[in-house]
Amino acid sequence: MNADRLIRRVLKPLVFLLCLGPLAWLAWRAAGPGFGPNPAEFLNRFLGDWAIRFLLIALAVTPVRGITGWAGLVRFRRMLGLYAFFYVCLHLSSYTVVDQFFDWSAILKDILKRNFITVGMTAFALLIPLAITSTKGMVKRLGAARWQKLHRLVYAAGILGCGHYFMMVKGNQPEPLYHGAILAVLLGYRVAVWFRRASAARRNARESMRAA
Amino acid sequence: MLIQIRKRSDPRSSEITPKSAYLDYVSRRRFLGTAVAAGMIGSLPLPASAAAPKKAALQGVVKSRYKLDEPLTDTEAATGYNNFYEFGTGKTDPATYSKDFKPKPWTVAIAGEAAKTATVDFDDLIKPHQLEERVYRLRCVEAWSMIVPWVGVPLADVIKRFEPSSKAKYVAFETLNDPQRMPGQKSRVLDWPYVEGLRMDEAMHPLAILAVGMYGEEMPNQNGAPIRLVVPWKYGFKSIKSIVKIAFVEKEPPTSWNRSAPNEYGFYSNVNPTVDHPRWSQAKERRIGDSLFSAKRPTLMFNGYADEVAALYAGMEMKKNY
Repeated sequence: MNADRLIRRVLKPLVFLLCLGPLAWLAWRAAGPGFGPNPAEFLNRFLGDWAIRFLLIALAVTPVRGITGWAGLVRFRRMLGLYAFFYVCLHLSSYTVVDQFFDWSAILKDILKRNFITVGMTAFALLIPLAITSTKGMVKRLGAARWQKLHRLVYAAGILGCGHYFMMVKGNQPEPLYHGAILAVLLGYRVAVWFRRASAARRNARESMRAA
Repeated sequence: MLIQIRKRSDPRSSEITPKSAYLDYVSRRRFLGTAVAAGMIGSLPLPASAAAPKKAALQGVVKSRYKLDEPLTDTEAATGYNNFYEFGTGKTDPATYSKDFKPKPWTVAIAGEAAKTATVDFDDLIKPHQLEERVYRLRCVEAWSMIVPWVGVPLADVIKRFEPSSKAKYVAFETLNDPQRMPGQKSRVLDWPYVEGLRMDEAMHPLAILAVGMYGEEMPNQNGAPIRLVVPWKYGFKSIKSIVKIAFVEKEPPTSWNRSAPNEYGFYSNVNPTVDHPRWSQAKERRIGDSLFSAKRPTLMFNGYADEVAALYAGMEMKKNY
C-alpha cells in the first residue's frame, strides 16, 4: 500500500473515529453512571473542554508538519478543524438548549453583558465562515491565496477561545493558562517562520541586486 | 393536636411539590431518559465518596424549628460535589484529596476585642451548647443550590461566651493554612489562608451557626471538618470551612474572594436575585439532583430568609453593598 492509500483508507478513518471518542464517552456516561450531581454544568464544561482541545489540535498541524517534515499531515487538517467546529457547536448547543432552554432574551443579555460569553460567541462567529469554506470546491472558488487569508481567522478564534476559558474560571486556576501557553507556542511558531521567510527574502533581494 | 406555625421563610404549601406531581415528574424523567438517552439523567454514585473515611453519628442532636419541606439533597451529592479549593478546584477534588485529612485534634483561637480570648479545644468550644439540626438552603454563588441538614450550634451563643467588647464591630474567621494537610493550598488559586467575615449583628443572628456535622454525622472532611460556619442567607463561600481562628475586630475584615475579584464578590454577598454576578445572572439557580432537562428555579431574596434577615440591611443600598 502506498502512502496516499494508507492515509486515505486507514489513517483518516482511524482519526475520524478517534475524534468521536469524547462523544462516545459522553454516551457511555449517559447510559451508565450519568453526568453527576450537576449534569447541565458537567455537559457544558465537558464539551467546552473538547472544543478548545480540538481547536489547539487543529492549530498544531502546521507546526508539527514543519518540524517533522511529514507533508501528509496536512491532509488531516480540515477534518481536525471541522471537529473543533463540531465540538464548539455542541458546547454552544448545550448552553442554548440545556442551560438556557431557548430563553433567547436571556441568551442575548448574556452575549451583551457577560464579557466571557461575548468573547466565546465571537470565536464561534469567526469559525462559521471557515467551516463553510472548508470544501475543496470553496477553496477553488475563492482561490488559494484568498482562502488562506480568510482562514487566518482561526488564529483569532484560538486567542478568543482561550480568552473565553481564562475569563470563565474563578480564582487563579492554572488550566486556562496551560491552554494559552500551548496556543502561544503554536502561534509563535508561525511568527518565527514568517520572520525567517521575510529576512530570507530580504537577503535574496540584496544578493540579486548585487549580482545585477 | 399538632399546630404547625409556618415561618415566612418556609416554602408556602403552594410551593411544595405535591407527591403526585413529583411522581408524574419522575415518570416523565424516566420517559425522557429512555427517549433521549437511556439513563442520561440518573444520579452518579461517586467513587470518591465511597472510599471516604467513615464519620461517626452525632449523639444528642435535637431537631430545630428550622426545617424545609423540600427534599434533602442526596448525601452523595452534598459530599461529592463541593467547592473547597484548599483540596483542589474540581468539584470532586475535595472528596478525593481530603481522605487522609485528620480533623482532630483541633483548636480554635479566639482573639481580638473580647474579655476572654483563648485557644480552645474543639470539644470545649462545642460541648457547652446543645447540638441542633438545621435544614437550610445552600445557594452557591455559581448559581446552584442544595438542601442540607446541618448539625451545629448557634454562633451567637458561642460568641457571647467570650464577651466581645463594644469595639467588636465585626467577626473575622480564618481557615487552616497547612499545605501538607490541604494539598490545594500548594497552588495559589487564592491568597491562603482563606478568610471571611461578618458584621457583628450578622454573626449574632439566630440563623448563623457553627456547624460540626451534616446528615446526623460528624462533618465530612470535604465539607469543612471539623467546624465551619453556615450563614444560609449569603452565598456559600461566606460559610467558611475548617475554622482555626475567630477574631473580634473593629474594622471590616478582608475576605478572600473579595480580595481575589473585588468587582465580583463583595463583603456582604447576600443572596440576591436582582444583583447579577458580572459573569452570570443570579436570578435563577440549578438545584443539585435535578435532571439535565429540568428548568432552573428562581432564586429567592436572601435565599428565602428575607423575613428573618432583611432588617439587618434596612436602608442599605444592596446594589452597592453586594
